[in-house]
Parts: sequence; structure tokens; C-alpha cells
Amino acid sequence: MNLLVKLFFSFIQVGLFSVGGGYAAIPLIQEQIVNVHGLMTLEEFTDLITIAEMTPGPISINSSTFVGTRLAGPFGAIICTLGCILPSFIICLTLAHFYYKYRTLGAVQTILAALRPAVVALIGSAGISILLLALFQSDLAGVNFANTRWLDFGLFAGGLFLLRRYKEKMSAITIIFGTGIIGTVLYLLV
Amino acid sequence: MKEKNPKILWTLFKTMFVLSACTFGGGFVIVSLMKKKFVEELKWLEEDEMLDITAITQSSPGPLPINASVIIGYRMYGIVGSLVAILGTAIPPMVIISIICVFYTQFRTNRIIAIALQVMRAGVAAVILDVTIGLAQNILKTKSALHIALMVIAFVAAVFLKVSAILIILICLAIGIILAAVGHFSKQKNERNLDHEPTC
Repeated sequence: MNLLVKLFFSFIQVGLFSVGGGYAAIPLIQEQIVNVHGLMTLEEFTDLITIAEMTPGPISINSSTFVGTRLAGPFGAIICTLGCILPSFIICLTLAHFYYKYRTLGAVQTILAALRPAVVALIGSAGISILLLALFQSDLAGVNFANTRWLDFGLFAGGLFLLRRYKEKMSAITIIFGTGIIGTVLYLLV
Repeated sequence: MKEKNPKILWTLFKTMFVLSACTFGGGFVIVSLMKKKFVEELKWLEEDEMLDITAITQSSPGPLPINASVIIGYRMYGIVGSLVAILGTAIPPMVIISIICVFYTQFRTNRIIAIALQVMRAGVAAVILDVTIGLAQNILKTKSALHIALMVIAFVAAVFLKVSAILIILICLAIGIILAAVGHFSKQKNERNLDHEPTC
């Protein structure tokens, strides 16, 4: 089978079965690319994950672009990404259609109201994980206060203060890049 | 799909492009950024709507930011809006990764890049927790003991018990369906009682 066709169908499967975000996609990509088709070695694949996590953007888009470029150049990148997005597009479009059609119904309102607190909690939990990575470079189980990165704590506290104090006027991007630039300069000086 | 001004397509594309280019980490990071941008700054979406969209994107397969783009795009400009939003979200990582593919050994071993990526996490954490505080305050304001309890339990389950996000959403979905069914039947019962009243 042609490589591009193979890649396209592999990534449709990745897109279709990765429920719950980017980290769910990684084992699926490994299955398709390393185990089933033998297109990459496990070492190359480990590098891919490092890069996909280090760079901005959704992890599964990053990985499909990386695999595509490595195996079939820029055109491969487009094919893999398209495959990965296609199931999402069809499923979410359908769900969006029904959501906007029925969301004002009383019963649907009750169901959605029970989901919202969970979503708030999940967003908060994601924030805690990243905060732990920023302050201790570890997850909850590995927290050791002796290793606290106080400079990062200062950046976090400053950022949170500005966001709370100035609300809408303070954009998220300003805060993220602000901490990036100030933090890098300070670490290089220290 | 309140407005049909083609100008919003450009704003949609631009916003998704910038958010996608600047998002480090998992899907909830971009959801926080989207909430800040679309609810607070542009005022395109209501806060509850953004939470509903997050629940839908989290329980659908595929990359979370792409799922959210599809729904927000559809909301603003139908299928064309979805396609435009997907392009905005997909182009930045594709370009960045294609470039990194070429220089990837240098990229991985560069000290300044490693420091910058580490310190930026502090900023990302600040943004997500700021969004969380605002959202949690609104749940507390509803004064519904049930919803506040759901939020606290879900938080403990996610942070301390490492229960997966999809499972937490499915459980709350089941609770919501039970509540809706109970509400439906008690309403029917009341109506039946009302029907009987005149004859009493």
C-alpha cells in the first residue's frame, strides 16, 4: 500500500480512538507507527514525544506533523494531520449541532449544570499539575519542598496577581511570554 | 450563530492562530486561554456555554483544541467557521514542528530554550488557576450544595486519586441524567395531582 494512504488511515484511527486529549494519542501513534507498520524505531519515537511536549500546540497535531515530515516530507505532514483531525471534525460538528439545537431544553439544562462543576474541577486539576511541574519539576507524589524553585514561584505569584488585579485587560499571552522572558533572563543572570 | 458578519471569520482565525501558537501543555491550557479570550475579551460566548463546550470536547475523541475549534467555529459561522477555526489551530504547530524537525538536535540540547520552556510553565499555571478561581466563584455563587459538592469531589478525584477526566465527566453526566429524569417524573406527578384537584 502507498505510504501516504497508509499514514492517512493510521492517523484516522489515532484521531478516532484518542479520547481525552493528547496523552491518550501517544500510545495509539506508537501502536500504529512503531508496532504495526514499523515506520519508526522506538528511539525516534521517544524523541518525537519529547519534541511534541516541548513545543506549543496540541500534542497529537505535533506528533502527526512530526511523523509525517519524517516519513514523507511536508506533504506527509499535511496528510497525517488531516487524518488525525477528520474524525474530530465530523463528531464535534454533529455534537455542536445537537448542543445548540437542544441546550435550552429543561432536561438538557439540568444535565449540563451537573457537568459544569466537573469541568471547573478538571481545569483546576490541570492547573495544579502544571504548577507542580513549574515549582518542583515533578508530579504530586514527587513533591519535595527542599527543591522548591522560588524564582518560578515568584513568577507564578506575580502572574496570578496581575491576572486577578487587571482581569480582562491582562491577556494570557502577555503573562505567559512575560514570565518566559523575565524568567529566562533572571536564570541566566543568577 | 448570532452574527453573520464575515469579518468575524478573520478574528476567529487570528485568535485561534495566536492561542494555538502559544499553548504549551495539554488541552485544558488552551481551554483556559479560550475562556479568557472568547468569554472575557471578545464576549462571543457565555461562561456556561464555554464550560459545556469543554465537556463536549473532553468527551469526544481527537485533539481537544481541534474539537473546541470545531464547536466554537460552528457557533460563530457554521461549517465555514469550523473549517476556519481548525486552520487557525492547526497551522502554527505544523509550521513550528516542520522547522524543528530540521534542527531538532540543536533544539533539544539548547540551554536557553530549555530554561524558557521551564519558566513559562509558571505563567501557564497562573493563567489556568486565574481562570479556575473565576469559574469556581461562579459555581459557589449558585449556592447549590449539590453542584458545589460535585466540584469539590471531582477536584479531589482528579488531583489526589488520579481518576481520568473522561471518567469524571461520564459520572457527572450520569448524575445529571438521573437528576433530569427525577425532575421529569416529579413534574409529571405534580401535573397529575393538579389535574385531580378540580374534581376534589
